[in-house]
Amino acid sequence: MPPKALILLASGTNRDGDVAQALTLAGADPYIVPLQGLRQLRSSWQEFQILVIAGGFSYADALGAGKLLALDLMHFFADQAAEFVAAGKPVLGICNGFQALVKAGILPSGNASPHDPEVTLTFNDCGHFECRWITLKPVSQVCLWTRGLDDLIECPVAHGEGNFIAREPAVLHAFAESDQIALVYAKPDGTPANGEYPHNPNGSMMDIAGICNPAGNVLGLMPHPEDHVLPQQYVHWNRQARHSGLPLFQNAVRYVQDQE
Amino acid sequence: MTYPLSLKQTTFRVIVGQLSHNDPRSTACLTDAHALGLTSISNITCYDLYFLMGDLSHAQLERLTRQVLHDPVTQSIQWQALSENAELETESGGNQATIEVTLRPGVTNPVAEQIQRASRTLDIHTLSAVSTGQRYVISGQLLTDEILHTLAHRLLCNPIIQRYALGEIQPVFPTPAESTGDVETFALRDWDDDKLIELSHSRRAALNLEEMQAIQSYCIKENRDLTDIEFEMIAQTWSEHCVHKTFKARITVEGESPQVLDNLFKQTIQEATRTINAPWVRSAFKDNAGIIDYDGTHELSFKVETHNHPSAIEPFGGANTGTGGVIRDVIGVSARPIASTDILCFGPADLSFDDIPAGLLHPRRIASGVVSGIQDYGNKIGIPTVNGAILYDPGYTSNPLVYCGCVGIAPVNSHPRHPQPGDRIVVIGGRTGRDGLRGATFSSMTMDAQTGEVSGASVQIGAPIVEKGLIDVCILARDRQLYHAITDCGAGGLSSAVGEMGNQIGGCVQLDLAPLKYPGLAPWEIWLSEAQERMVLAVPPEALTEMRQLCELYEVELTDIGEFTGSGRLVVRYKDRVVLDLDNDFLHNSIPQRQLKAVVSVPPQPAGHCGALNIPQDFDYHHTLLALLAHPNIASKESVVRVYDHEVQGATVIKPLMGFNHDGPCDACVLRPLETQGNQAFALSAGINPEYGKTNAAQMAVNAIDEALRNVVAVGADPRHTAILDNFCWGDPNNPHTLGSLVAAALACRDAAIDYGAPFISGKDSFNNEYLGVDGQRHAIPPTLLISAIGILQDWRHAISMDLKMPGNYLYLVGPFHPTLGGSHFNLINEITCQDGVPDCAPSIAQAHYCALHKAICLSLVQACHDISEGGLAVAAAEMAIGGRSGLDLLLPGEDMLRECFGETSGCLLAEVTQENSPEFEACFSGLSCTQMGVVKKLPVLSIRGSDSILIKIPVEELVCAWQGKTIGGHAHAA
Repeated sequence: MPPKALILLASGTNRDGDVAQALTLAGADPYIVPLQGLRQLRSSWQEFQILVIAGGFSYADALGAGKLLALDLMHFFADQAAEFVAAGKPVLGICNGFQALVKAGILPSGNASPHDPEVTLTFNDCGHFECRWITLKPVSQVCLWTRGLDDLIECPVAHGEGNFIAREPAVLHAFAESDQIALVYAKPDGTPANGEYPHNPNGSMMDIAGICNPAGNVLGLMPHPEDHVLPQQYVHWNRQARHSGLPLFQNAVRYVQDQE
Repeated sequence: MTYPLSLKQTTFRVIVGQLSHNDPRSTACLTDAHALGLTSISNITCYDLYFLMGDLSHAQLERLTRQVLHDPVTQSIQWQALSENAELETESGGNQATIEVTLRPGVTNPVAEQIQRASRTLDIHTLSAVSTGQRYVISGQLLTDEILHTLAHRLLCNPIIQRYALGEIQPVFPTPAESTGDVETFALRDWDDDKLIELSHSRRAALNLEEMQAIQSYCIKENRDLTDIEFEMIAQTWSEHCVHKTFKARITVEGESPQVLDNLFKQTIQEATRTINAPWVRSAFKDNAGIIDYDGTHELSFKVETHNHPSAIEPFGGANTGTGGVIRDVIGVSARPIASTDILCFGPADLSFDDIPAGLLHPRRIASGVVSGIQDYGNKIGIPTVNGAILYDPGYTSNPLVYCGCVGIAPVNSHPRHPQPGDRIVVIGGRTGRDGLRGATFSSMTMDAQTGEVSGASVQIGAPIVEKGLIDVCILARDRQLYHAITDCGAGGLSSAVGEMGNQIGGCVQLDLAPLKYPGLAPWEIWLSEAQERMVLAVPPEALTEMRQLCELYEVELTDIGEFTGSGRLVVRYKDRVVLDLDNDFLHNSIPQRQLKAVVSVPPQPAGHCGALNIPQDFDYHHTLLALLAHPNIASKESVVRVYDHEVQGATVIKPLMGFNHDGPCDACVLRPLETQGNQAFALSAGINPEYGKTNAAQMAVNAIDEALRNVVAVGADPRHTAILDNFCWGDPNNPHTLGSLVAAALACRDAAIDYGAPFISGKDSFNNEYLGVDGQRHAIPPTLLISAIGILQDWRHAISMDLKMPGNYLYLVGPFHPTLGGSHFNLINEITCQDGVPDCAPSIAQAHYCALHKAICLSLVQACHDISEGGLAVAAAEMAIGGRSGLDLLLPGEDMLRECFGETSGCLLAEVTQENSPEFEACFSGLSCTQMGVVKKLPVLSIRGSDSILIKIPVEELVCAWQGKTIGGHAHAA
């Protein structure tokens, strides 16, 4: 049985179709469900094995990217989300989904108060939205999404508020210690971006592109691996061999299947 | 919006600032201020302002401000009850000052709406109104009030939608008002001509005397007066924007070949499509968008619109809603929007303020506002912006052009087109406000310095995520067959949408049911409002419940406002009064045909003519190439391309920028939509060249078609399976010379399209792109024709990018190479006077080469391909070298070296081919022009040789720097 994946659709989510395709190719069975539907029908989250919060501009990103979707998560779905996370099921927030997970306090530690957060995603250093291809290096072995991935991932970023910063730099070192830094921006040859634009496209501290919770089942990342799962999507498809984003999704599907 | 009657309505003022000192927004603001000439300012710090009105407890405010209004990691927040005695205006001439800006009441404000929504989520139900704004704290030497007002006018505030104050601003909320229900009546049966024209002027209806007399006759025939709502509806229905009066006029043509054209549109554009009669054209000029077959199971729809006038007065909102509007056209043919295109024409970015007519924004500000508007809409709604162009010319200073295109995909035959009597008239999406009133007639008029003020209501601001909801709902409703017809609310609002949809049957609308953003609208305002993000559907009564449930699920508002009938009349009621009752036949078929006169002038030089050239012995080819690469029309558009999301939906195969360093400019984009099976793909491109149009409108038209086709062929599309769209932007058609150039261009379009076998499937015209300055002079744009092309690739693996791939490969010049300097970009940057005509395009010869090239591409014989356009062969070669960061060694084919390097030609491309494949490649061009003129080199240097000398030898990195506006080893200049 392919694992069932729940893709949340808020007003303004727009990469739901992209991630549904990636999950399908990875062997999952995705369902795109509007938040209103989840509230109305009281659909049980328990029937799903994977949860994805897709990219987009939920509620127009008014008042900060992901902020109002985070408010929804905290007010309408706090119990369901907590249960899903606590059960160790794979949870993925991409771009706007990552922003929402951070602003809802689900990432990175899960126990910081959302009103006194230790990290945030803020405006890119360049001051505006940018769409470009970048190189990711999977790092974390705690994170079930990136565990065992040796190859780089090349995929686009498309955001204006992806600059990952911490209130205290010490927090980041703690994340490194606990192997929570899941993915970092790299140069095309895999060496660290070292903050160098455009390899690190937004100015994120320690080149952090994605981060997971201490248990490793919840991953948030700014780039869009779901937009590089087919050969023709690659920016260099007619020049060189590719590093697809698909293994990330396959990892989660395999993880669910191994649990059964 | 309701206002609870509470005694404790207090307004709170909230200020949010950035904790970090290097805030990108503040930095960008300062850069802009300097670019706009305000160099005495040394620092600007931006803050967000929120005004919350309501009966709010301290705890509630704590919750709202902490949880919703700021990011505690990066931002500071402070709030207090609004003081009656606001901070006095800062003293003039000091070194620090404050400017605050807020939106005018009634302007669409999605942020304020989201704050209301969030407060309800937080269980706060006593927040009655919200307003938002910005606060700027400015430092500098001697900040006089004059400097501050200039800063506000040039950069911080657009008075059309915003107000500002030096010091603290007092918020203004929309005032509660009762719906008026007022209807004015015109007893125009016994009016004289002057009075009729006076009515047309006073209500800005843009109707001429014949049209006013036709309305009068109708009133006499039906023995009745006319209500204001009836008059406004007729004006909209009969506007240039809606019925294309000029293209349908009877035109007497004078000049070399005098003739009378009964209907320019039918005899040119439509004639081409009819003659070509391509079996894969599914719908041309009938629906909201043109439709072609894609792969037998899906159809592609394509529409391009202009939004010039709104973008001139409010660039962000104008471009924003232009994008949203054309996307709705595609939803209106039951398709899912999958790609956006944008072609923009602006005045020069470095224009002095002295050269700008009064009442206008600086081209720099127009350009940045337009780009932000497109970015905001496209990115938020999740449609990739994949193709575009930006052109600069002083002629666009007063009147920028903003062409917005959208492509959609749908299963074959899934678009229902026949409303039935008894169907409910259902409106879904945004609410109706006073926004965009009289947009259709506004766009049909020449602007003057007062236009901004008078037409303030014409400005619309979009809400892209509301339209995203419309896409989701409409696609599901289509698949479940919940409607019999669908159309968008565009120009003319409900009046156009319901009027057009019911024009075969009739309908009855209960207007007071339409949901309003705020009360106080007169019936005619509700009926004509161009509030964005609304669709009208004909829903059979039995499907209404399911439709309602669907809308609830996707948080889209649905209102049932009436019923389609079989009466042949359109009837609108407001409460219990009939306010409009018009005969369909009168409304849609009784507009008098306009009688116009055109004078076709002869171009100063015939196309293709090469005059005598006086080239100095030491002519500098090297710097000429670098200067061309740096010309704003040719230079890299990366700073704009990257702010658009071109990857969302995962279908973009050939992207706007590709190559070794992801920065080579592709000729067209190629997409393979997610919902299709197989390897089929399609290409989108544009052709536009106003330089040619300045002297030769006919050749501009042929060359634009040629360029659009050349571009899709360059990326691998089949030139025999390519459809085109026309968008004419012209001046005042009542000027016989202006109309003459239009006639010449339209006739040339017909002939060229037939020769290429490329049918027109959709088009649009925009006239009166003129501006009456305070100097009393008319400022008109150069006649500008945009041709957009959509072509099919059988296999995405045959798609080609323009970047050089491998040292050792050959570079071929294919096509009829006849470069001239007339209308060339070389002429724009050089002193050398020449008497050349513009390029003379021979469509059938060009097409033979395109077909041969396409065959070679399908045989996988081509590694890279790039069209030769602005700047000529040298620029095209340089761009290929930049794309691949490879060297190129070229030998010019003839002796006319200057023209061969920089002259412009139609019908030609450069193709990279491996040495191994070259015999087979050449065989594809048997009997045609195909010259091996160069070799790709590992050493990244571009060299171009004449018969006995090296003309150009430039390292690729130097080309990159010129083209990207960088200093060697440095970064790009601020965009």
